[in-house]
Amino acid sequence: MSKIQDKFKELKSKNEKALISYIMTGFPNENATLSIVRGLVKGGADILELGFPFSDPIADGPVIQNASTVSLNKGAKIEKFFKIVKKIRKETDIPLVLMTYTNVLYTHGYSAFMLKAKSAGIDGLILPDMSIEESKEYLKSAKKNNLDTIFLVSPNTKNDRLKKIAKASTGFLYLVAVFGTTGVQTKIHKYTIDAIKNAKKVVNRKLPLGIGFGVSTPVDVKKYVSAGVDAVIVGSANLKIIENTSSSKLQNKITEYTKKLKRSTRI
Amino acid sequence: MKIGMPKDGRFGDFGGKYIPETLVPAIEELEENYQKIKSDKSFQNELDYYLKNYAGRPTPLYFAKNLTNFAGGAKIYLKREDLLHGGAHKINNTLGQALLAKKMKKKRIIAETGAGQHGVATAMACSCLGLPSEVYMGYKDTVRQQQNVFRMDLLGCKVYPVKSGSQTLKDAINEAIRDWITNVDTTYYLLGSAVGPHPYPVMVRDFQSIIGKEIKKQMKNVPDTVIACVGGGSNAIGTFYPMIDDGVEMIGVEAAGKGLKTGKHSATLNAGKKGVLHGMMTYLLQDNDGQIKETHSISAGLDYPGVGPEHAFLKDVGKVEYKSATDSEVIDAFLTLTRTEGIIPALESAHAISHAIKIAKTKPKSDSIVVTLSGRGDKDIDIVKQYLRKNVKNSR
Ligand SMILES: Cc1ncc(COP(=O)(O)O)c(C=O)c1O
Repeated sequence: MSKIQDKFKELKSKNEKALISYIMTGFPNENATLSIVRGLVKGGADILELGFPFSDPIADGPVIQNASTVSLNKGAKIEKFFKIVKKIRKETDIPLVLMTYTNVLYTHGYSAFMLKAKSAGIDGLILPDMSIEESKEYLKSAKKNNLDTIFLVSPNTKNDRLKKIAKASTGFLYLVAVFGTTGVQTKIHKYTIDAIKNAKKVVNRKLPLGIGFGVSTPVDVKKYVSAGVDAVIVGSANLKIIENTSSSKLQNKITEYTKKLKRSTRI
Repeated sequence: MKIGMPKDGRFGDFGGKYIPETLVPAIEELEENYQKIKSDKSFQNELDYYLKNYAGRPTPLYFAKNLTNFAGGAKIYLKREDLLHGGAHKINNTLGQALLAKKMKKKRIIAETGAGQHGVATAMACSCLGLPSEVYMGYKDTVRQQQNVFRMDLLGCKVYPVKSGSQTLKDAINEAIRDWITNVDTTYYLLGSAVGPHPYPVMVRDFQSIIGKEIKKQMKNVPDTVIACVGGGSNAIGTFYPMIDDGVEMIGVEAAGKGLKTGKHSATLNAGKKGVLHGMMTYLLQDNDGQIKETHSISAGLDYPGVGPEHAFLKDVGKVEYKSATDSEVIDAFLTLTRTEGIIPALESAHAISHAIKIAKTKPKSDSIVVTLSGRGDKDIDIVKQYLRKNVKNSR
């Protein structure tokens, strides 16, 4: 059992859904990352999704694009990222998922990269541009290194494909809420609710279903939870707060916001 | 693997479909429809009609006598894609894809553009076929290719300057992909080179293969050597593919910018490393962490850190040689062709001309070299003017 799977089991026994909080490491700077992580953990986040920037993030909207650019301009490097992960691991046992793009892994070699990621403390991987057709070697390396492979599905993914992707997914399955890139959304679409219900029907019950892209308020969280998801992923909304808050107040602000979101995951 | 016939969307290791899941149904729909029209006589007849009567095909194969004398050696022929409507080979592809989009009942066409030639060709094909078009263009490119921005405006095409990243072609592609993800149901993405996820590299190659097919017909046989410039690689693959098994020497020319050693270039096949970008595995200019590098070329159309996957494959199997030309060599070639033949080439095409001049003298007079002159240089005269002004000053 992986850390992520254990977490979902634990939450189930408490009648709670998972709050997965995303941040971009190195944004607004390297020192802030650890402080923000502490804020998220204090606020009750169940799983952390750590972004490592890629120069060409095609699945991301303006907020994460900007955070990626800032992080890269401040000198983000994968070796530094692993050091940050190790520091986080010393402080907390929370499951850690790395979100980045395929080329970052491919360049270092899937196996070599994953070995380092795992030993730094990463538990799972999300690559928005990794399709199952191209995933053979990626999956093999992940299995060898005991890393969860979290694939994304979309509201327009057909059922036979949904099943195939779910089969390759471990940890949880990531349903993209909208036709679009990451970013803060103002409304919840009916097609998303339908997609959640459909995925819960089609996919193996043991694989938790997470929803992300555009989730930002406690009301969103409540609506998605009552539609049947096992996890909500909040990303751009965190980065918005980070953008707009002075560094002295940031940790508290993040904690407060996370607490509010977490409250809505309790059924 | 037979050359040119991808298996599971791959040319050897290269190509594939590294795409966000939301795009999968759109890519599948495209593949299915492309397969259908490939063997559909009425589609092909309609495309032939537009290529002939609207775009101006076939284009001449011109024996450049003065340039041949200047270079001193093998006979140099020019495949005059610069004479096509819009001024570049791009229209071969945009007419094909726009017709396909229409058959697919798509209501909205988006595209990216570097030099603006693909944007203009998209706007023209769409106007002609009654489709609305919107084009993403790097901000830096909108400044250096203003004339093409205005041409698109006049053609009723919306141009969005892209201010993210390096503000050139790669960022325009990023933004077009994001738009496509957001409007996947209604929108057709009309990609402008032999790049991107499968089936784009194959489809664009097939639409551009008219270049090589005509060359073969016009030469009555095959030439000894063919040369074409390589940005994403569409005019080059369109030139090479029809003679891939004919024993022709094939040379692609990349942009060496300020020199391969300076790091300020776009010579992906000469200096790149394997990686994944824009839905494909190919050679990329990238750093040790897999971050894509900023590129440089005097020609906006070659200013791209990736290259079509079929070229990556052809390089690895040794079927095609990939060389490069620097900005200053390109300016020399631009001026030479203009003065000897009265033909003003696009700076992109001047890369191929430069290499032809270089190697013609090493070959016997009985040899023939065909250079694909992918576009005309009207769009570039301000850049050339600035370059000459600056460099005349420097040399004083
Ligand atoms: C005249 C001309 N030639 C060549 C290119 C490079 O594209 P490709 O390598 O796809 O032929 C461009 C691109 O803008 C162009 O405008």
